Amino acid sequence: MSPIPQRSEIVARRADRPHTSMFLRMLVRAAVLRRGRAASALVAMIVAAAVATAMLNLYTDVQAKLRREFRKYGANIVVVGKNGAPLPGDALAKTESALAGRGIAVPFAYVVARTKDGQAIVVAGTAFERVRRLNSWWSVTDWPSGQGQALIGTRAFPVLSPKQQSFDLSFRDQTVHLIAAAKLQTGASEDSRVYLPLSDFEKWTDVQPSTIEVAAAGSPEEVSATLQRIAQAVPNAEVKPLRQVMEAEAYVLGKTRAALLASCSLIVLTAALCVLSTLMGWVFDRRRDFAIMKALGASERLLNGFFAAEATTLGVVGAVLGFAIGVGIAAWIGRVNFHAPVLPRFSVLPIILAGSVAVALLSAALPINLLRRVQPAMILRGE
Amino acid sequence: MFLRLVYESFRRQKRRKLLAGVAITLGVTVATAMIAIATDIGDKINREMRTYRANLLVTPQEDTLDLEIGGVNLKPPSDGAFLDEADLPKIKGMFWRHNIVGFAPMLPVTTRLEDGSEVTLLGTYFAKPFSFGKEHFVTGVRSTNGWWKVDGAWPTDDSRDVLLGQGLAAKLKRKVGDSIMIGGAAHRISGILSTGDAEDHQFVAPLAVAQQILGRPGAVRRVYVSALTKPEDALARRDPKSMSPELFDRWYCSPYVQSIAYQLQETISHSHAEQIRQVEQTEGTVLSRIKGLMLLVTLAALFASGLAVSAAMATAIFERRAEVGLMKALGGGNSSIAALFFTEAVLLALFGGAAGYAGGILLARQMGRAIFNSDIAIQPVLFPFILVIAIVVTFAGSAAAIRKAVLFDPVFALRGEA
Repeated sequence: MSPIPQRSEIVARRADRPHTSMFLRMLVRAAVLRRGRAASALVAMIVAAAVATAMLNLYTDVQAKLRREFRKYGANIVVVGKNGAPLPGDALAKTESALAGRGIAVPFAYVVARTKDGQAIVVAGTAFERVRRLNSWWSVTDWPSGQGQALIGTRAFPVLSPKQQSFDLSFRDQTVHLIAAAKLQTGASEDSRVYLPLSDFEKWTDVQPSTIEVAAAGSPEEVSATLQRIAQAVPNAEVKPLRQVMEAEAYVLGKTRAALLASCSLIVLTAALCVLSTLMGWVFDRRRDFAIMKALGASERLLNGFFAAEATTLGVVGAVLGFAIGVGIAAWIGRVNFHAPVLPRFSVLPIILAGSVAVALLSAALPINLLRRVQPAMILRGE
Repeated sequence: MFLRLVYESFRRQKRRKLLAGVAITLGVTVATAMIAIATDIGDKINREMRTYRANLLVTPQEDTLDLEIGGVNLKPPSDGAFLDEADLPKIKGMFWRHNIVGFAPMLPVTTRLEDGSEVTLLGTYFAKPFSFGKEHFVTGVRSTNGWWKVDGAWPTDDSRDVLLGQGLAAKLKRKVGDSIMIGGAAHRISGILSTGDAEDHQFVAPLAVAQQILGRPGAVRRVYVSALTKPEDALARRDPKSMSPELFDRWYCSPYVQSIAYQLQETISHSHAEQIRQVEQTEGTVLSRIKGLMLLVTLAALFASGLAVSAAMATAIFERRAEVGLMKALGGGNSSIAALFFTEAVLLALFGGAAGYAGGILLARQMGRAIFNSDIAIQPVLFPFILVIAIVVTFAGSAAAIRKAVLFDPVFALRGEA
């Protein structure tokens, strides 16, 4: 133990320090002197705030993430000519401008052509580099890139070119010579078709695209707004949503969000309870401080203010640190599960701050209320 | 003496024990419910998705190429091969029959209206009752094509009523309850169908009606099958012909979409079954994302409830320093005092864990009803696992506090100077 300093020494030491009020000093000393208990209360606060932040971030972001997965389903809007008529030549450009970059549009043109031995087959012309992005479930051995190269469905393959040789197709007395470049497998009607680059197809058949498949990004409201815009941009076409895709998507998103919301509320509630019990213990543990202050003549208001300030500080510090950690957790979950980070949402911070301070105040208020009714002398005697 | 100490401790400090017990119970309840939901959510969503869209297509093996553009069939009605309707109930006798959610046969035929215009009539099952062996089930488009909406009533499968697509209804100016001549016979329109697809411009009728128009009883052009499948892995993609017998058995007995397709081909004679890649491949990723998300969230829940239990235990022990001081002053050894506390902790964990497990079952059931309109089942296997978690967490939460309490000088503790 160092010798007790003289009073003059203390006064001298204090003189060149900035003036801090007794109130602030009490706050700081309370945290420093009982480091262990204060730290465990703070840790509980941080963890609760971090978990709540991560959950809220995930909850707001998961919809966008899952929607992106759903767009791998392919188109959710189809544009077709009214009553089987071909679409006007500028339909694709107009559809694209209505989309404004939030999605892709792929043109398709179809004819029924004949093979050399007279067998009928559906031939489609399309833009390969767009289809590839739209229909990622298409299993293609090797995407064709050159002219005169055809993509052939697995069921059409043995009919057209059993030995992977080149073959002829005819449509309205026009014959075209094609190279069997790759095999396509989807499990649906595409398996019986031949796909050609649109330029080759139009040169050969002189038939314009009759269908545009559109994958529009965004929420159901945004998709139906896009649908309206396309319908206005291409007036003489029928624009319709693919209900089976959109309904399944809405269902899955709704259920996932509901499950996530329920789990998040449970977790946040558990974390808040944990903070509550730790903080209550901490405050209750300091009943002797409380009693001494009261015995020295502190007013009820000062005491309440002291504990309230302490709880608020704890809540704010815990919330800010917890927010930083929680954003990190959410980003990590995003990367592990969705292979794309969940971006931090600062709009969550005020909610976390308010929640943390509220829980902290509540957990300070409960034991104080209990203690207020007890005489300080009893507490000091250790009863 | 030891047992008496434990017993008296529980008897006399009911309030404190109750608080710690409640904390453990709450923690375990949340953990149990979350584990149950995380393990079941994939299955629930998968099952529901299967009522929206089939993921397997069965076609005749010797079929000619499809001539279909935009969902409209251009193939001459007599062209190509057919499947036999009599084979269909056998689907429910397959190895993976319990994974088959439903199936719907399709037979599109071309016919003429009174004014001589050509229309397509699609024959199918709506909700056809079947029995195979002792199993009874109902299947058809009502359970496999969830996005089909009918204004009016669905026809029954043994009737001669038809559904009229909404596009065609507008063109023909017919409404529900009207009668219409199709192929020379009168049919009642029981409802107007809206699908957003080619069926909007077609008639949809019971399969027998289409077979009669075609003049081929028992004929089916294709069958859509909705099956619950397991995500693909390396084994799933292998060619069954190149497998050793043991490997083949494992492949055959896993609900991969490929092995279910293989069994469908075995069951339905002269057929070719294939996964619909658009459905199977994309849903697989979506489902695995959701499952992964719920798993990570469950980890967070386990962590939070673990922390809550630890905090409660630490507080409970911290409050009993005076008691520890007294025991030590009376000559209690550190290890025997620690053993006393640990025994209490384990007892609390066992009671709290059991109560929490029961609470978790209730909570999971409520959440299942609220979210999925069906119960979430909890495997009883989970019970010992939950108890072990409860004990470990309670133990870990108490350890630091017990250590501190035991090392504390009894003099200070008894004077109340912590």
